[in-house]
Amino acid sequence: MEALVQRLLQGERRALARLLTYVENEVEGVEAALAALFPHTGKAWVIGITGAPGTGKSSLVNALAKAFREREKTIAIIAVDPTSPFTGGAILGDRIRMRDLSGDDGVFIRSMATRGSLGGLARATRDAIRVMDAAGFDIILVETVGAGQSEVDIVRTAHTTLVVEAPGLGDDVQAIKAGILEIADVLVVNKADRPGALNTVKSLNAMLRMGHPASRTQLVAHHGRLLEVEALTSNTHEAMWIPPIVQTVAIEGKGIDKLLDAIHKHREHLQQDNLFAALERTHIEVELYERLREALLANLLRNISQDAIQTLIQRIQTRELDPQGAVQELLQTQQMKA
Amino acid sequence: MNRKIRVLIAKPGLDGHDRGAKVIARALRDAGYEVIYTGLRQTPIMIAEAALQEDVDVVGLSILSGAHMALVPRIREEMDKAGLQDVPIMVGGIIPDEDRAALQEMGVHGIFGPGTLTEEIVEYIENAVKAQSE
Repeated sequence: MEALVQRLLQGERRALARLLTYVENEVEGVEAALAALFPHTGKAWVIGITGAPGTGKSSLVNALAKAFREREKTIAIIAVDPTSPFTGGAILGDRIRMRDLSGDDGVFIRSMATRGSLGGLARATRDAIRVMDAAGFDIILVETVGAGQSEVDIVRTAHTTLVVEAPGLGDDVQAIKAGILEIADVLVVNKADRPGALNTVKSLNAMLRMGHPASRTQLVAHHGRLLEVEALTSNTHEAMWIPPIVQTVAIEGKGIDKLLDAIHKHREHLQQDNLFAALERTHIEVELYERLREALLANLLRNISQDAIQTLIQRIQTRELDPQGAVQELLQTQQMKA
Repeated sequence: MNRKIRVLIAKPGLDGHDRGAKVIARALRDAGYEVIYTGLRQTPIMIAEAALQEDVDVVGLSILSGAHMALVPRIREEMDKAGLQDVPIMVGGIIPDEDRAALQEMGVHGIFGPGTLTEEIVEYIENAVKAQSE
């Protein structure tokens, strides 16, 4: 594993690919590798691309990567597709739209299956981003699964989040629902050459005018959960970011320069007033609580026998005990043992 | 550790018939594999590159054009160049019997013609992956 880390830091692509597999498979010893790589991270700009299936996320990633390459940036891409809940298998097809990027050593594309995660990313995505970051890529593009309304994990991971819409996907009530639109740093209306594009732009505009969360509230991490709180007055005017709406036709490369500008402006925005440090802090806090919760749970489950669990399930099913009562009982017996 | 078998399914060359490749991709998905599907008209360099980046256990090629004797050696060469000597290639499609020996000499051990049961292919992959990890 140590040798693999060294090979990765020297820029060997197969070492990078192999480490990503180890991260995904949670191979023994991978924690040590991640720890060794961690000091080399924190340099890449992470851009999330999310939106409903069929809005053109993969094509947009392809176009964005090309544009960044023209500006001499190196690009790593993580494209997430869903795992079948029935067989555990997956078809990862995002590379189909990214063929323009082949034969370029400045690009590395990795497809990833969700493996049961529900938030739009895979469990291993965050660590995979770190591995790519340590490998020295300037920009990391993370494409989520086709996301509906609540797959918002990307906002806990990316520095700039693009939410991609396309014409004809819903009326203006969709645009004022809570969820995915609220996490956008930049709103992209892709397939803007199609009829109805202007209506989509108008609906999004109306939503923003009614008050995007950024104008009223901000996301704050509290005990590992992201909460919305009233924006502080000091954080309103100069620091307020209203997501721009950019129209693109990704397969023709139209509007991509404007999108790049918008991303660049968002990055500049974060770099003022320590906003970036605050964002990173929030990400770290959320991650720390998540990992802690997982470790505590694993630790606890190691001490509880399957028999005990099965007995509890039966007692719940016969209505002898309620589920929350079962949890309390388990915790109490564990505490007594300790 | 949660090992998942990863397979690249690619269609090199110029014929546009990707139905077979899709059927196989779907069958492998149902067998619990992660299938990286790259679509039509892949060049040997594209295939080697994808196999490397995706760290796949097996590369599956669907060739119906009759160009297998030209394409397969080129793909094997590019994969070897990329350091993927240990990644096996399997071929599906229309492969005349007289070409089988030559392909096997190039290291293609899984050759699947029309009428192959998907179970056979799954079994081949299981064995190939087992042999690799030994």
